[in-house]
Amino acid sequence: MSIWEYANPKKFSETAARILPVVAPLSALTLLVGLIWGFFFTPDDYKQGATVKIIYLHVPSAMMAINAWGMMLVTSLVWLIRRHHVSALAARAAAPIGLAFTLIALVTGALWGQPMWGTWWAWDPRLTSFLILALFYLGYIALWQAVENPDTAADLTSVLCIVGSVFALLSRYAVNFWNQGLHQGASLSLDKEENVSDVFWLPLLVCIAGFILLFVSLVLLRTVTEIRLRRLAVIEARERVE
Amino acid sequence: MIALLVRDLRLAIRAGGGFGLGLAFFLLVAVLVPLGVGPEGGLLAKIAPGILWVGALLACLLSLDRIFALDFEDGSLDLLATAPIPLEGVVAIKALAHWLVTGLPLTLAAPLLGVLLNLPLTGHGWLVLSLFLGTPALSVIGAFGAALTVGLKRGGLLLSLLVLPLYVPTLIFGAEVVKRGAAGLSVEAPLLLMSAITLGSAAALPFAAAAALRINLR
Repeated sequence: MSIWEYANPKKFSETAARILPVVAPLSALTLLVGLIWGFFFTPDDYKQGATVKIIYLHVPSAMMAINAWGMMLVTSLVWLIRRHHVSALAARAAAPIGLAFTLIALVTGALWGQPMWGTWWAWDPRLTSFLILALFYLGYIALWQAVENPDTAADLTSVLCIVGSVFALLSRYAVNFWNQGLHQGASLSLDKEENVSDVFWLPLLVCIAGFILLFVSLVLLRTVTEIRLRRLAVIEARERVE
Repeated sequence: MIALLVRDLRLAIRAGGGFGLGLAFFLLVAVLVPLGVGPEGGLLAKIAPGILWVGALLACLLSLDRIFALDFEDGSLDLLATAPIPLEGVVAIKALAHWLVTGLPLTLAAPLLGVLLNLPLTGHGWLVLSLFLGTPALSVIGAFGAALTVGLKRGGLLLSLLVLPLYVPTLIFGAEVVKRGAAGLSVEAPLLLMSAITLGSAAALPFAAAAALRINLR
């Protein structure tokens, strides 16, 4: 048994078909519990009022927006090193999801920022680096779509993903340098001292778990779709020849 | 390699277009911005560092697709790829040639446009220095983007989408140098960070660009 077994598209699809009916409902359930708990059964913040509740969407989606890029980086490296097609397809499948999470984080942030900071948008380092992250996602997706040969596209996007990761990190610290922040510090960390109080923290953890499960199920679903699309293209090409 | 550099420079100068166009574009940006935001000197002086850097960056972007596209079309890129010099070296030389015909003229023309935009006199030296140290990074990063999109039919627009986010750190530090220099503050930190980006890109990106070229030439 090794993890590379799942590089076989057939094995991957079968496993995904077995896992998906468990993970997808579980993610729906976790999100439902987390969001209802967060929205209706937590007290209002003494300063922010009810607006604090957007944290249950904002923080998990922002976390997953970054983690999705991290996952794409790993799968891109796997593709470049071991040439497993499933890996490249998983990276392709994850990109639009990551972009969606980035946009959710930006939009929920704007909705919260309007009443709290008095502005929809500020050129704060965190906000700016998320906007830049969205641009990286856009470029990555556009490159996938522009290249016709699937293997060339996989190679080029993998190289872009690796170089992009370095520059995304550089940009993150460059914008820190460029402007002082309006955004508050981390609400969550392994250091218990910095965390928000438990009443907010527990439903937030549930929501984060829900978003992780949601990401996993969406990536599995989209990867299987990509595998099927690839197969369909092969079948069509074969029929044209015959 | 020197022969390649000379060939690229000659082609760029004789075929025209490339560097004259970049300069004209840079000039136009510097003329259009005051028309857009109004002639008030204080405001212009305040935004001049940013405008000049953004203008230089966009002017640089204009000619990026020419780095490899022409050679790809007439097949000389295939010859260069099979030539006894490493492809990484070819990329580096081509980026250098691009810098010599775009980045360097932009750097030299910048003080003139600085006058148009009412940049304080103290800022001019830093403007030239920051562009001199920063534009090589633009050329190398651009060469990487051009290598990624070389085989594509409508690569130009995609190229800007891919390259512009990569330009963010250079732009931030470059404009910061000029801004601080013009205000008479210490410019050491952004200047060093920007130089680090230039050196790092020049050292590492030719490898990534050569890898992309090999993929595209397959």
